[in-house]
Amino acid sequence: MTREEALNLYFLDARSKLIDLAAFLDRVERSPGEDDFRLRSFRAALQELSKSEPEKAKAVLLTLSDPTMEPLERATIKGAAGAWPQFKS
Amino acid sequence: MAAIQELMRYIEPHAHMVSRVTDDYLAMTTAGCQAVCEPAFWAGFDRGSAEGFRDYFSLLTEHEPKRAANFRLPHFCWLCINPKESEDTKLADEVLAIIPDFINRPNVLGIGEIGLNKNSRNEISVLEKHVDLARRLNQLILVHTPHLEDKLKGTRLIIDILKNQKQIDPGRVLIDHVEEHTAPLVLEAGFWAGITLYPQSKCTPPRAIDMVERYGSDRLWLNCACDWGASDPLAVPKTALEMRKRGHSDDAIDFLIYRNPCRFLRQSPVFTLS
Repeated sequence: MTREEALNLYFLDARSKLIDLAAFLDRVERSPGEDDFRLRSFRAALQELSKSEPEKAKAVLLTLSDPTMEPLERATIKGAAGAWPQFKS
Repeated sequence: MAAIQELMRYIEPHAHMVSRVTDDYLAMTTAGCQAVCEPAFWAGFDRGSAEGFRDYFSLLTEHEPKRAANFRLPHFCWLCINPKESEDTKLADEVLAIIPDFINRPNVLGIGEIGLNKNSRNEISVLEKHVDLARRLNQLILVHTPHLEDKLKGTRLIIDILKNQKQIDPGRVLIDHVEEHTAPLVLEAGFWAGITLYPQSKCTPPRAIDMVERYGSDRLWLNCACDWGASDPLAVPKTALEMRKRGHSDDAIDFLIYRNPCRFLRQSPVFTLS
């Protein structure tokens, strides 16, 4: 697949998702309150998109991941938040 | 004859059909599904006793194959207690004890989907017991990796646990729900990897094909993992169409969605297609 073919297939979809991301940030920032670990992680992940490194999807996923290896003492919930609560920007 | 040869065929290697309506069997068969494989999973609520699992394993080995057979679709399954219910180690031990009662039933492929959810010590203990059971019974293993922020850590822990069991052949283990940050870890360790196609989490068809193009399709399969949540039982054939849009050949598509899952699953003597 050439770059032009990739753009033909995916540009409009990616454009739509980009505007959705922008609208999401506008919506959150209009809402009163403070950023939490999810939004801090999200903003950090966005920085990865403007870098020149080739594995941007992997970099975003790593930014949103628990990087530790120590097991939890107990699982008190079943769900996941989508970002690591201890994330520090 | 040429038109017949161009019809798509695929294996759905991971679908929780207990959660799906009969129309889904019809749709999958119409789309070219040749067999469906159903891992044991969390029912959306914690079961109160091992007897609840005995009923569930009966459903997976008796009722669901009959429902699929109405569409001439072979149905296979995997048995375990899911990591979401592994925090209760007494219940887990009781469920592990009844698995041998079912393991030789004619549609049982192995032990799965075992793994981790929140990466707790109890989940790890129950995972290790499942792996040991699979070793003793010489069964294939299907592994679930955690969701979202827990996936990277869980995948690393799972690989360490499996590698510590020297008698486990990585070629007989599939680690599922990989994404861009975990697929290389799984494949470089010699395991098979599964990509799950979900509309909101896990992986989209374009990302799945990106991974196929980057890492090769040799030890990869695609699955829909359809259940009671947001999921699409036709995600695999839809991804095949996406591959076709990108110019992948019919042979490459057939390899990824039919011959490859057959190659892994045929390591179980149970997996035969007429």
